[in-house]
Amino acid sequence: MNLDSMKDTLSAARQEGKRFWEIVLEADMKNRGVSRTDSLNKMAAVWHAMREASHVYTGERRSVSGLVGGQGKLMREYAAEKTPIGGDFTAQVIAEALSMGESNACMRRIVAAPTAGACGVLPAVLIPLYWQDNLTEDRMLEALFTASGIGAVIAYRACISGAAGGCQAEIGSASAMAAGALVYLRKGTDEQMGHAVAMALKNLLGLVCDPVAGLVEVPCVKRNVIGAVNAIAAADMALAGIESRIPVDEVIDAMGEVGRRLPVEFRETALGGLAATPTGKAVKKQLHGDRKKRTLTIKDARWKLDKSGAETVQNTAAT
Amino acid sequence: MIDLFDIMGPIMVGPSSSHTAGAVRIGRMARTLLGDTPVKASLHLHGSFATTGVGHGTDKALIAGLLGMPPDDLDIPLSFDIAEERGLKFTFDELDLRDAHPNSVRMELVGANDRRLNMQACSTGGGRILVTKLDGTDVSFTGDYHTLIIQNMDNRGNLADVTNALALAGVNVANMSMSRSSKGGNVMMIIETDDPAPDFIVQLIERQPGILQVIHYEKES
Repeated sequence: MNLDSMKDTLSAARQEGKRFWEIVLEADMKNRGVSRTDSLNKMAAVWHAMREASHVYTGERRSVSGLVGGQGKLMREYAAEKTPIGGDFTAQVIAEALSMGESNACMRRIVAAPTAGACGVLPAVLIPLYWQDNLTEDRMLEALFTASGIGAVIAYRACISGAAGGCQAEIGSASAMAAGALVYLRKGTDEQMGHAVAMALKNLLGLVCDPVAGLVEVPCVKRNVIGAVNAIAAADMALAGIESRIPVDEVIDAMGEVGRRLPVEFRETALGGLAATPTGKAVKKQLHGDRKKRTLTIKDARWKLDKSGAETVQNTAAT
Repeated sequence: MIDLFDIMGPIMVGPSSSHTAGAVRIGRMARTLLGDTPVKASLHLHGSFATTGVGHGTDKALIAGLLGMPPDDLDIPLSFDIAEERGLKFTFDELDLRDAHPNSVRMELVGANDRRLNMQACSTGGGRILVTKLDGTDVSFTGDYHTLIIQNMDNRGNLADVTNALALAGVNVANMSMSRSSKGGNVMMIIETDDPAPDFIVQLIERQPGILQVIHYEKES
């Protein structure tokens, strides 16, 4: 099973009397030539890394540009002290998404799922649900295999990088993966899972990648929040029996097509959208100024090899 | 099929898989290929590595890799200080490499035992990398396989010696390429294998006449 179509993977699961996640696990075993235990252990390391990243967050760090840091902490405090509009669970999800996105911007350890910029979406929904529903670790790993399989199909049929397809390919894909994982954890069917994936991705179709100064900070950190909250909405709709009118593979193909036709200004180049606003440009200018100063100081201490590379290696080998 | 753990991973220090995790892997690859502890490094950043590299910690990531750190090492942001403690001197500047991938770096390294390396590599996304030049010769390998980098003189039969040695050990070749600077000049063989070549095979290859240097890069899990 090559995980190149949701439809084929879902029908393979049906025919073999297995769940979607098992087909994904078996595909990984075959693809990497590893045992079931190896594959499960590697996914367990992913789950532990997500939980660790959430656990060690303090909100004290600031990113290189200073634009990002402390937002997750503010949200956690708000959720603890006030009555959040979306309820406690949603508030936790928002706080988790912000914390993880910030940790990434502040050079902490995260799981790029599917990318570093979108690293907050999956843990934002999985960790609060793990505690709220008192789920077992085995089920969390199964949910992560579900999400990985969805991501693999999206990567094959469309793309998962902002440079290739805009933010819809990063946050959109992460949201679709998270929606599928949530349906699985809430004991939905694999068919419902497919609908949740389709609905989550549809809702974020066309989202551009427009990072201020080219950094994974603004608006990336907060876009993790919309990816997570959208995943909850899509999962709840699917669990309610609502179906996507456009089949999931066609939605993924549409995302790929929209991505390819997005002007290059909206694909991580920092030339359009929020990056091209007066404030976005001012931030870039300020950082660029810092960079120039830095390059000059480095050049003072510059040294060079006196011989060309080819010659030096010949000498090294001869000695 | 794409590696499932490229979707659910890598586990890495942020903020960017291409600008941070990929940069660490490039540094680590250079350290391995140098086969020595780097003490001097001159790094030239090209394209997006130059323009947004500092904000993404690309510079710290490259140095962290040269120090041997993996992409999930929490000390990556502190790599400049650690380099100073361990006696690695480095410089950065910007260089326009024509036709290179936007996330490219060229580096010249000197090791503690005076070994030298000139390498150009790029970060192709998701933490994956591609080495594009080694000591002036065009190459193309990713570190996704166990890789033998062999430099030899342009003699007849060297390739057969190498493949015979690999066959002896039952090592299956996945991809291979050969290029030379000029006829009669030095040759660079890049052999990607499914299984790691055992040490005795690497030593056997090293002892063949005409073989100048063998470096074995073992894939990271």
